[in-house]
Amino acid sequence: MANVIKIKKGLDINLKGKASEVLLTGGKSNSYAIIPDHFNGVFPKVVAKVGDKVKAGSVLIIDKNRPEIKFVSPVSGEVTAVNRGEKRKLLSIVVTPDAQIEYEEFGKKNVASLNAEAIKESILQAGIWPFIKQRPYDIVASPSDSPRDIFVSSFFSAPLAPNFDFILKGQEADFQTGLDALAKLTSGKVYMGVRKGSSVVAKNVEVIEIEGPHPAGNVGVQINNVKPVNKGEVVWTVLPTDVILIGRLFNKGIADFTRLVAITGSETTERGYVKAIAGCTIESIVGNKILSNNHIRIISGNVLVGTKVSKTDYLGSYDNQITVIPEGDDNDEFFGWATPGLDKFSASRTYFSWLLGGKNKEYVIDARIRGGKRAMIMSNEYDKVFPMDILPEYLLKAIIAFDIDKMENLGIYEVAPEDFALCEFVDTSKIEIQKIVREGLDMLHKEMI
Amino acid sequence: MFHSVFEGFETFLFVPNHTSKSGVHIHDSVDSKRTMTVVILALLPALLFGMYNIGYQHNLAIGMDPGFIMTFVFGFLAVLPKIIVSYVVGLGIEFAIAQVKGHEIQEGFLVSGILIPLIVPIDTPLWMIAVATAFAVVFAKEVFGGTGYNIFNVALVTRAFLFFAYPAAMSGDKVFVRTGDTFGLGSGNVVDAFSGATPLGQIATSTTAEPHMTDILGNAISSMDMFIGLIPGSIGETSTLAILIGAAILIFTGIGSWKTMLSVFVGGGAMAALFNVFGTTAAMNVSPLDHLLLGGFAFGAVFMATDPVTSARTETGKYIYGFLIGVMAIFIRVLNPGYPEGMMLAILLLNAFAPLIDFYVVDSNVKRRLKRAIK
Repeated sequence: MANVIKIKKGLDINLKGKASEVLLTGGKSNSYAIIPDHFNGVFPKVVAKVGDKVKAGSVLIIDKNRPEIKFVSPVSGEVTAVNRGEKRKLLSIVVTPDAQIEYEEFGKKNVASLNAEAIKESILQAGIWPFIKQRPYDIVASPSDSPRDIFVSSFFSAPLAPNFDFILKGQEADFQTGLDALAKLTSGKVYMGVRKGSSVVAKNVEVIEIEGPHPAGNVGVQINNVKPVNKGEVVWTVLPTDVILIGRLFNKGIADFTRLVAITGSETTERGYVKAIAGCTIESIVGNKILSNNHIRIISGNVLVGTKVSKTDYLGSYDNQITVIPEGDDNDEFFGWATPGLDKFSASRTYFSWLLGGKNKEYVIDARIRGGKRAMIMSNEYDKVFPMDILPEYLLKAIIAFDIDKMENLGIYEVAPEDFALCEFVDTSKIEIQKIVREGLDMLHKEMI
Repeated sequence: MFHSVFEGFETFLFVPNHTSKSGVHIHDSVDSKRTMTVVILALLPALLFGMYNIGYQHNLAIGMDPGFIMTFVFGFLAVLPKIIVSYVVGLGIEFAIAQVKGHEIQEGFLVSGILIPLIVPIDTPLWMIAVATAFAVVFAKEVFGGTGYNIFNVALVTRAFLFFAYPAAMSGDKVFVRTGDTFGLGSGNVVDAFSGATPLGQIATSTTAEPHMTDILGNAISSMDMFIGLIPGSIGETSTLAILIGAAILIFTGIGSWKTMLSVFVGGGAMAALFNVFGTTAAMNVSPLDHLLLGGFAFGAVFMATDPVTSARTETGKYIYGFLIGVMAIFIRVLNPGYPEGMMLAILLLNAFAPLIDFYVVDSNVKRRLKRAIK
C-alpha cells in the first residue's frame, strides 16, 4: 500500500474567503499574454511579429539557450503587441483572440506506444514543456536531462488554495495520460503526493500519502521526505493541473490551456472556480466578483507565493488561483504592538488571539508587513515551519554571503523559494526570504553553467 | 534630519502600514517590538518582587516595619533611578547611532535596559551604571553592527564591566542591602545582628565544611526561603518563584527556549551533585537544589542564557549550550573563591563558544547530507 508521510512542522493559516466548489461564469478575455518572467531560467527570444495571425499552439517565443523550448499562443488570433522594458528586455507578448479558437493540430497519440524522445518532442512542440520544472534551481527543466525521478504533488496546501480533487473532476483520463507520459521520461519513478483522504487516484505512479499542515503540499517538501535531491542529481516537478495539460495534448492532439482558476480571499463578493485559458487577464476572471475599492490587493496565486497584480495584468502561468485581500495601507493602528491583539493572527502566542475562536477561526490578514526589518534575532522560528532535513537559517545565511560550498552543503539544490514562504511569513525580523532564495538560486545557476 | 528618531516614534505609536513588496503578501503580527515587549512583561514579576525585597531587606536591617505599601515604595524609589539611568544612557546611544547610520532604531535595548538594573546590587552608584551601560552598548553591541549581531549579551557585559572595574561596589557584604535612606525615606539605625552578606557570599567566606546560610539577621534560611526570595542579592535575582513565572510567560509565548532553560538547570544540578560527592568545602556541600535557587542562577538561566542572539541557535546546540552554562556556573561558584557567583562568567564564556557549538551541529547536518549522496 501507499507510503505514508506525516509532516509535523508547518502552519495552516486559516484565512477567510475559501472558494466554494461551484463553477462561476467568466473567463472570456479580450487579450492573452505570455510573460517570460513567469518562467525561471529562460532567456526569451521572440519569433512572432506584431500582426501575425496565430493559432492556439503556434510558437511565439523560444528560449535562446535551449531553442527546443517553445512558448506558444494559448489562443488563436493576432499578435497585437510585443512589450519591452529597459535594455529591450521582453516583458510580454500579447495576442488578441478570435471569436472561435482554432487549434494547431498535433495529432492524437497513444502514450503507451511512444518512447521518451517522441514524448519529449511532442510536449516541446506543443509549448507545454515550460510547465515541467526541475530541482535544482527551480527553473524550467532542460529537455536534454534525464531526471532521476519526477515528482507531482496532487494537492495544494497553501492558504485558500484550490481543491485539486474538485479541479480533477471530469479530467481523470487526461491526468492519467499525463502521468503515463511523465513516467516514460524518467528512468526512475513518478512519485505522486496525495493528501490523506483525497479522492485522487492514479496508476503507474508511486503514491505517497501525506498528512500535515502546509507546506505538506509543496513538492519540495515531499521530495525531501521521500528521496532528497543530492548534488549532481536532477528531478523534475510538475503541478497536478499541468499534468492534465500534458495528458490533454496526447488525448486530443491540441494545446488546450484551459484551466479552472479559484477566486478566493476576504475581499471578494462571489467565490468559486472560473474556467479560463492560461494567459488571460485578471479582469476576465474576477469581473465584478471582488469589492471595488482602492484598498484591496489582487494576487495571482496564493498569499504566500503569488504575485501582486492589477485587473489589467495577466494570470500567472503556473497559477490556479486568484486571492483578494485588503491592502491595509489605510489602516493606522494606534499602539498595535502593545494591544492584547485578540483578532491578530500569529504563529507565536505573543498576541492573545489564541484565547478566542480556536482552530477553526478564520482570519482576515491584510498586506501590511507589521514591523520593521531587522537582523535575524529569534532562533528556531524558521525551523518550526520548515519540514525538511535542512537548517533554513544557515542555508539562508550562506545564500546571503553567497558561499557556494556552504550553500551546496546545506541543501541549496533541494529548495525553491516557495519552500521558504512560511519562514518569511512568521519571521519576526521581516526579512524578504523568498527574494533572497530566488536570487541565490539564479546566481548559483549562472555560476554553474 | 532626525528621520530615525521620527520614524522610531511613529512606529512606536502606530503599526507601520507599509505593505509587502516582494514575497509573501501577508505577515505574522509578531515583530521584534512585540517580542521585546513580551520579554519585559516576563521580567515584571522579578522586577516588582525585587523592589519589594529591597524595601524588605532594608526594614530588616533597621528593625522597622512600615507596612507593605511603604516597603514597596522604598524599594521602588531605590530601583527607579537605576532603570532611568540605564534607559537614558543606553537608548540615548542607540538613538544617536541609529541617526548616524540612518537606519531604524532597534528595540533590543528595551530588554537590556531593564535587565541591567535587575542584575546589580542595590547600592551600585548610578554613575557606575551609566559608564558600564555606555561601554556595553558601544563595545559589546554597536561595534558589531547593532541588535542581532552582538556576540556577548549586552546586559551581562555591563555587569562584567562593573564587576571588574569596580569590584568593591559589586560584591562583599556592604552593597546588597541598602542601610541608608532613599530620598529621605526610611532612615534609621542598623540593628546589631545585621550582616549584609548574601548566602553565596557567606559560603565563599565560610571556614567550615558545612554550608550554613543565614538571612541578614543571622537566622538560618531554608530552601523555601531561597525559592520565595526574601534574601539579600542583586535586585531581580533573589526570587526563583518570580523568575519562574517569567519563564512560564517566555515559554508559553514561544519566545524563550525551554530547551536552553531546562538544560542550564540540569547542567547546574549535575555539577552540584558531583561536588557533593567530594564535599570538602562549604560550597561543595551545598545541595544541588540550593545551588539552583541561590544567586543569579535561575535569573541567568531564564533571561540571560535564552537571549536568542548570543545563545546557540540550533536546537541541538541549545541543549549543549545550556548544559555547559549550568556546569560552568557551579564550577566557578564552587572552586573560585574570588567569584562567589559564577553565572555571569559562565554565560559570557558560553556566548563565546555558542558559534562553535552551532558549527558542529550544522556540520553534522552537512555530513548526513553528504553520506546520503554517497549511498
